Amino acid sequence: MSAVAAVLVQLCVVVAAAPGVAGVTRTVRARAEGRVGAGVLQPYRDLRKLFAKRPVQATGTSAVTLLAPVLLIASSMVVAALVPVVTTLALPEIPGDLFVVVSVLLVGSVAVALLGLDAGSAFGGMGSSRHMMIAALVEPTVLVAVLALSVPVGSSALGQIVAARLDHPTTIASPGGLLAVAALVVVVVAETGRLPVDNPATHLELTMVHEAMVLEASGRDLAWIELASWLRLTVLLALVANLLAPWGVATGAGVVALVVAVVAVVAKIAVLAAGLGAVEVALAKLRLFRVPELLAGSFVLAFLAVTAAYLV
Amino acid sequence: MTPWVLVLAGAGLVAALVTPWRWRSVAVGTLAVAMGVASLVAGLRATGGTGDTLQISTQVADLTYAPTPLGGLFVALVAAVGIGAAVYGTGSARGAGASRTQWAAFVVFWVGLAAVPAAADVVAFLVAWEVMAGASAVLVLADHADPVTGASVRSAGTWYAVLTHMSFVAVAAGFAVLAAEAGTTDLAGIAQAGVTGRTADLAFCLLILGFATKAGLVPLHVWLPKVYPVTPPHAAVLLSVAPKAGLYGMIVVVWTLMPDGPRWWALVLVALGAVSAVAGIVQASVTTVLARLLAYSTAENLGLMVLALGLAALYREAGMQEAAHVALVACLLLALGHATFKSVAFAAAGSVRQATGETDLDRLGGLATTMPWTAAAFGLAALGGAALPVTGSFVAEWMLLQSLLAGGYGDEPVVAVTAPLALGVIALTAGLALMTFVKAYGIGFLARPRGNQAHGEAPVVARVAMVLGGLVVVGLGMVAGPVAERVARVVDATGIATTGTGGVELTGLGATLSPVALTVLGALVTLPVLAVTVALAERVPRTTGDAWGCGQVRDSARTQYTATSYAEPLTRVFDDAVRATRDVQVEHADGSPYVVERVRFTQHIGDVVEERLYRPVVRAADRAADAARRVQNGSLQRYLGFALVALVVVLVVVS
Repeated sequence: MSAVAAVLVQLCVVVAAAPGVAGVTRTVRARAEGRVGAGVLQPYRDLRKLFAKRPVQATGTSAVTLLAPVLLIASSMVVAALVPVVTTLALPEIPGDLFVVVSVLLVGSVAVALLGLDAGSAFGGMGSSRHMMIAALVEPTVLVAVLALSVPVGSSALGQIVAARLDHPTTIASPGGLLAVAALVVVVVAETGRLPVDNPATHLELTMVHEAMVLEASGRDLAWIELASWLRLTVLLALVANLLAPWGVATGAGVVALVVAVVAVVAKIAVLAAGLGAVEVALAKLRLFRVPELLAGSFVLAFLAVTAAYLV
Repeated sequence: MTPWVLVLAGAGLVAALVTPWRWRSVAVGTLAVAMGVASLVAGLRATGGTGDTLQISTQVADLTYAPTPLGGLFVALVAAVGIGAAVYGTGSARGAGASRTQWAAFVVFWVGLAAVPAAADVVAFLVAWEVMAGASAVLVLADHADPVTGASVRSAGTWYAVLTHMSFVAVAAGFAVLAAEAGTTDLAGIAQAGVTGRTADLAFCLLILGFATKAGLVPLHVWLPKVYPVTPPHAAVLLSVAPKAGLYGMIVVVWTLMPDGPRWWALVLVALGAVSAVAGIVQASVTTVLARLLAYSTAENLGLMVLALGLAALYREAGMQEAAHVALVACLLLALGHATFKSVAFAAAGSVRQATGETDLDRLGGLATTMPWTAAAFGLAALGGAALPVTGSFVAEWMLLQSLLAGGYGDEPVVAVTAPLALGVIALTAGLALMTFVKAYGIGFLARPRGNQAHGEAPVVARVAMVLGGLVVVGLGMVAGPVAERVARVVDATGIATTGTGGVELTGLGATLSPVALTVLGALVTLPVLAVTVALAERVPRTTGDAWGCGQVRDSARTQYTATSYAEPLTRVFDDAVRATRDVQVEHADGSPYVVERVRFTQHIGDVVEERLYRPVVRAADRAADAARRVQNGSLQRYLGFALVALVVVLVVVS
């Protein structure tokens, strides 16, 4: 039962922190560009506004338009429950297997890709097609990086991987471990639609990927979609943070340990989110057909990581 | 096998030939379902090791059909798909597909297909194989007289007949080599004889060549994309399980008959499977005809199964027992998952073809509103095709990935290099499969109609069969543990157990997957989301309006993305492998170079393997035949001259 309580705490923390992560990233970026920015709390105000608005649904759309936002947020929340953000404890019968986490993320991707097609507008189809191409080409890197992380531990359960890194900090700095995390970072960037793969702040439809798919969503539908994409970003940043610096993460369900873990993870995510905002200032969006080259590069990193993991 | 299967098949055959057309589909369908139930029971009994023996004595040879547990699994698999196909056909068969010949061929093909895995000796196996091959060629040729599609049907029939008989020749030759070396035609006897060395290598090559053709592995897959789009829907559903006969053959060769094969056999299988998986899914992702897409996806899925089989053989050879067993069970689970989702997908594609008269996704769309049941069934099947949670294919793929993970712990360099490469292949395949099925469902069933509209939903019986089949696709994943355990027992695999709420536990590899628990977790986190959504919906109900489309530019349905445009990024990325030829014609208004009146874009994507590998061979064969024809000019004197020369040669040789 204690594991369930710990995971529940983790889920609540992640959902509450997710808009803040977007806020920090945007604010840091605005400051770096010499703007004042809307403030860290703006995403929360956006959510409140969207929830209160009346959703407009395009005529001729199917049930997919109703279901996709809910499916997307639900899949993101399942991922938030499975990934060790606050605690390495796993729910009974669901050990947070990385292969499963990847599949659940894909459920959300598919839901939003179908949403893009449902309204029958050209931009939705365009975003959906690009999104699925990137998702398909990211897949080899994801799984090979998973293999590289799993081989030294002997398990693909994320909780065990993080716990093992906590027990043997030297493995974090091993060539295999570092290369795998580097590959994973590229994956996170591609999966969450950040620069240089996709620009979440763009206003030009022809360059959009994720934003083009959700053009027809409004009101609470859009609120769920926005929250879900922030949630994904938060969880994946937390995963990278806990793989690189696992200290602070709770391996038990004690109240003190959990409080420490929450504080630690919030600090880690805040640092990474600020870093992400700072790095993005210096990056331009890649041409869509240069993205496969980036992903091929990250695949090579992941493959090297596996070979290094075998050798060491 | 029980004689009941044959009795009911005979009854079905008679019914097909004598029943008037009005009652034919119902009568044959009902008898075929009864036969399916009998053969399902026989198959399931055999998986438990208590199968019945059926002996047919003829003057030439005694044919014995006594399925082993593994054979029983495939008998049951064929029976399950067959029952679905028969029920679906009862509702949907029409036109040439419901003729006497077609229903008779349906029953005969099914009996042949069920008898292949039940065969206990080589002759029985080959007889069943030939029955299956012959009857299926008749099924393919159903619409051969159609004025519109007739030519492509006849061409598909020719390709199918030629390749399927090449496969027969290779299989027969391979078994002949084995039987001669072992001194018996009994399969169990051959396994006991333990054939090794050069003879075994020769037999392996011949048998794998034959079985790979039937399984539709690249580069022997060329019949798949030609055959499925032209076969009547219910026949296509049954035909969709035929490649599993090839898979069964391969498993028997490397696991039962010659379990001590060298390492290169395993590597050949891994390479064959990897090439087939990637090439198949790349073609599927860029093709726009629904049935062709599903056919290429079959090449991909069979590739994954053979890859899993090759990995199992590799692990076994390297002494990694647990990983070998997990990979083999993953191979069989992939077969189960694929059989269910692919048959449902073919049924739905057939219903779409019947309702709209259209096969090209580029001219479909919006079917979810006009054909909601078919759309639901295809959606469930597509979940299986994309191996998303919590379908049977998802569980199977997860097990395969876990076995690859175990490949990393060993200290065999060959395994250590093969495992990550295989993982990369599986991952790329999975990613592209996802895109393929999103395209198939999203373009075909969502958005607005691009051309032909559906005139109504599929017949009620067909609808029920499809939706129930779709539920099985998901159900197989939900009861993953018991299914995996039963399959493991069939091949004496250890280290696979049921845990908690019907999940799978790989005790040797220390991994657990519980689809039920995962679903419960998903439901629990959805509850608050739904509560908020419902509460808000009461306060501010949603309205409908025109789609925004960035300035309401959505006036014509033709501005939507099509299947071609959806796959355009991939066509570019994989240009070297796909080789699309495009033709763009621009017509200017009044000769002005700036004002364009219309743009016509056509794209043709052929099969690279067919064009580069088969066409030259076919052309060479044609030329050789032309040259040979010159010898025969119809003159009697010349033939007498030939006979005289032959006689002289014989006399010279004899003396």
